[in-house]
Amino acid sequence: MRILDSLRLHILTLFHPETVRAEMEEELRSHIAHRADDLEHSGLIRAEAERRARIEFGGREKYKEEIHASLGGHLISTGFEDLRYAVRVLRKSPGFTIAAVSTLALAIGANAVVFSVLNALILRPLNVPHADSLYTLEHGGYKDQSTSYPDYLDLRERNRSFEDLAGYIMILVGFDTGGNPTQAWGYEVTGNYFDALGIHPYLGRFFHDADEHGPNSAPYLVISYAYWHSNFQDDRGVVGRVVQVNKHPYTILGVAPPEFSGTLVFFFPDFWAPMVEQEQLQGLNVLNERGQRDIYMVFGHMKPGVTPAQAIGDLNSVGSFLEKTYPKDDGYMTFSLARPGLAGDLLGPGVKGFMTGMMVLSGLILLAACANLGSLFAARAADRSREVALRLALGSSRRRILRGVFTEAVLISLVGGAVGLLGSIVLLRQLSMWYPVPQFPIHVPVNPDAKVYLVALLLALASGFLFGAVPVRQILHTNPYEVVKSGSTGIVAGNTGRRITLRDVLLVAQIAICGVLVTSSLVAVRGLVRSMHSKFGFEPRNAILADTALRMAGYSGDRALAMQRRMIDSLEAIPGVKSVGLVSQIPLGGGGETEDVFTGQTADLRTSNAAANVQVFKISPEYFHAAGTSLVAGRAFSWQDDLSSPRVAVVNALFARKIFGSESRALGNYYKREDGTRVQVVGIAEDGKYYQLTEDPRAAMFLPFPQSPSTMMCLVVRSERDPQQLASAIRSTLRGLDASLPVNIQTWTEGLGIALFPSHVATVALGVLGAMGAMLSITGIFGLASYSVSKRMRELGIRIALGAQRKEVVQTALGRPLKLLAIGSAAGLFMGILAARVLAHIVYTATSRDPLVLSGVVLAMSLLGLLATWIPARRALSVNPLILLREE
Amino acid sequence: MTDQAQLLPGTLDLLILRAVSLGPLHGYGILLRIGQISDNALLIEQGALYPGLFRLVRQGLLKASWGTSENNRRAKFYELTVAGRKRLSEETASWNRLATAIAAALSQQPEEA
Repeated sequence: MRILDSLRLHILTLFHPETVRAEMEEELRSHIAHRADDLEHSGLIRAEAERRARIEFGGREKYKEEIHASLGGHLISTGFEDLRYAVRVLRKSPGFTIAAVSTLALAIGANAVVFSVLNALILRPLNVPHADSLYTLEHGGYKDQSTSYPDYLDLRERNRSFEDLAGYIMILVGFDTGGNPTQAWGYEVTGNYFDALGIHPYLGRFFHDADEHGPNSAPYLVISYAYWHSNFQDDRGVVGRVVQVNKHPYTILGVAPPEFSGTLVFFFPDFWAPMVEQEQLQGLNVLNERGQRDIYMVFGHMKPGVTPAQAIGDLNSVGSFLEKTYPKDDGYMTFSLARPGLAGDLLGPGVKGFMTGMMVLSGLILLAACANLGSLFAARAADRSREVALRLALGSSRRRILRGVFTEAVLISLVGGAVGLLGSIVLLRQLSMWYPVPQFPIHVPVNPDAKVYLVALLLALASGFLFGAVPVRQILHTNPYEVVKSGSTGIVAGNTGRRITLRDVLLVAQIAICGVLVTSSLVAVRGLVRSMHSKFGFEPRNAILADTALRMAGYSGDRALAMQRRMIDSLEAIPGVKSVGLVSQIPLGGGGETEDVFTGQTADLRTSNAAANVQVFKISPEYFHAAGTSLVAGRAFSWQDDLSSPRVAVVNALFARKIFGSESRALGNYYKREDGTRVQVVGIAEDGKYYQLTEDPRAAMFLPFPQSPSTMMCLVVRSERDPQQLASAIRSTLRGLDASLPVNIQTWTEGLGIALFPSHVATVALGVLGAMGAMLSITGIFGLASYSVSKRMRELGIRIALGAQRKEVVQTALGRPLKLLAIGSAAGLFMGILAARVLAHIVYTATSRDPLVLSGVVLAMSLLGLLATWIPARRALSVNPLILLREE
Repeated sequence: MTDQAQLLPGTLDLLILRAVSLGPLHGYGILLRIGQISDNALLIEQGALYPGLFRLVRQGLLKASWGTSENNRRAKFYELTVAGRKRLSEETASWNRLATAIAAALSQQPEEA
């Protein structure tokens, strides 16, 4: 009964506030009527009695408020009132509302985008069951994950910490479904790959360990859902179909589920094939060679209850067994564990560092936006001080007024957050579809998930409270009597004095943040431009690349070499072609081959005795000429350097210094390769960049194609002709030689895309953030400048009336904002220079000690100041003292 | 009027419960009843009664129903619930203990001075 009663009251309060209010009203009226009855009995006339009764009752509105409070439904109903009031107030000043909402939308949108990418790359685990226990093995010594097949088998058999270990290699093949052969990327995987991951096919079946019976025994493929969709048009009859891979027949067993796209978060294979097929897929078989670390990554689920430290100890004991048993091939077999998604520590730290940096920067953007909105709010609160004073005088509590301000702030922040999130979703959709490097299946699906929405909501709320809190002190210190009496905004006059106010500090901080962003984006852009023109050790301009792998069309051995010579000859015959060179893998093309080399005297060729680990390029005689790599000393190769003549090599200058001490001593001297071959140095080439733009100088050796054949090949065609025309001429020439060979043709500058990719991303990201920072600064300075002009209109009017010059007027009105701009810019520039040091790790040749960058920043900031103060300055100058003074 | 005492915080609820314990009353009636049982010694602003009344209803100590007053006007009548009666006796006992203790403390003459 009692519970029911109190429940009824609760429900009424919540859902029928007007009923409750009407009842309350009636009850109070009845009270006053009863009192008036009594007073009338004591001799007063009715009207007087009623008046007295009302006075005796006290402040009816105040008691009604208190009753509401005692009902607890208070917060909700007054919250609703606050909201309605806030909406009304904001609708009345659309300019302010639009400015505030769009500022916040930009800032929160930027944060949502950066967080989504962070989430997709780092926070979100691979989309496989129990991803939390999935680890990749990393060699403790040199932080890579490559493992040889025999070592893999030993690790898999002998460890006791993993449920299973699987491995994969990324390969590029010629894929022919019976029409136009294309290149396709795939994973060559150990037979237990799918079982170790615990995933199930979308269609058909996967292959298993039991399907393998030695080399070339399992001609099966599993294709990815995306490849099935785009190349087989969702044909369910694809299971069991035979396709040609590198001219060998393979049976498609099944289709992987749509949510599974390999074991890296950014590399999406088209198919999976068993590793025992290596010979047919890659044209070589190193499954029995312990020294060939060909498996890109070995990973597995850790057994429940095993800690990472225990697993590492276990792996290291297997490792030391391998070191003892195979001293020639296995040196430094210590292990550490990493997450597989970002290729472990290969990319992990760099990507994490960059993303953390971006997150910090976009956080700063949001802070700057909050500072901006905070000062806008403070200005508004000052403008509304009369309203606040009136409300206070009429008995409203300060708490209630503050709640109103916060409601406004949170309303703006939520709307801004929603708009920002919508914008970021559009942007992220595009980003998810983006393949930054055309020849690689690299992309990152960054579609936002619940985590992103939650973060955006929290950020919006937090920033709402943050900038809503700025005018609190102002409202708490409002003295209603003073304000109402003085008839103008009395308190504000005090605030715009010489004292440093909170708003000044906010503005300086904001400009400093913007300065950091502008500086670092300029540093990045400049670094990118410079790296396009830096010394690569080859000349990418006026060169076209045609890369292919002859095994994709079934060539090997002598047939391959003959074909390669035919290709060179027929391309050289194209009019306008200056020279044509051949290289096994193009430098800075995203791949690379390395090998340990030994001094000529070393007898025991184990890894630990190696003199250096060097980059290997197999080239045709004309390569240096075609690539624009200059020879420092000695000679290039000729076609006479073949299997019947002594083994020779051209090394780069660093190689010469590293192994032989000096370039002159290197020439004519001998060194040993991994397999023990003694090689004579016949020439020395200039140093270059081979794998990454930011790499430390690396030693490299160039070997003649006839002595070190390779079916992987890239033709470098140097010509001044229009690349478009030349490309089609090259394509038709090559097709004339063999139509079944898939060839990828692009200019060398385009081919550098993958090497420049990190710089590109950094530059675009910083550029966008820099532009946003600049916009925020403009609105911030604009806000302060126009506010200070409008507050001092009367003063300016008097000054003009007394004969002040235009210059003096502008100085009075805008001196302060401009001074703040100068201080903030200086601080920002200084911090930006410090931040640029970090950038140098991502963008090659990024440096802040560049007069162009420094003057660029100064120019940009002054331009910002000019832009932001232009309109307020015009207003200050157009003050008409007569009108102004008459108005007051 | 001048020798009326200000109410201690929290005591209004107790007075309301006490007033209503003698029979259902409307708000004005409660005010009169408090005046009557306290010999008009307590100063209560009339409106201040209502937040207390609503609070007690919400706590389930009072229940309210509309009826007609002796003046033939519509009025809301309050009466004690079982919980309200229980609360009244507890609060009365604890108030008495407090009052006795305070009175004893104040009437104690210090031995020296």
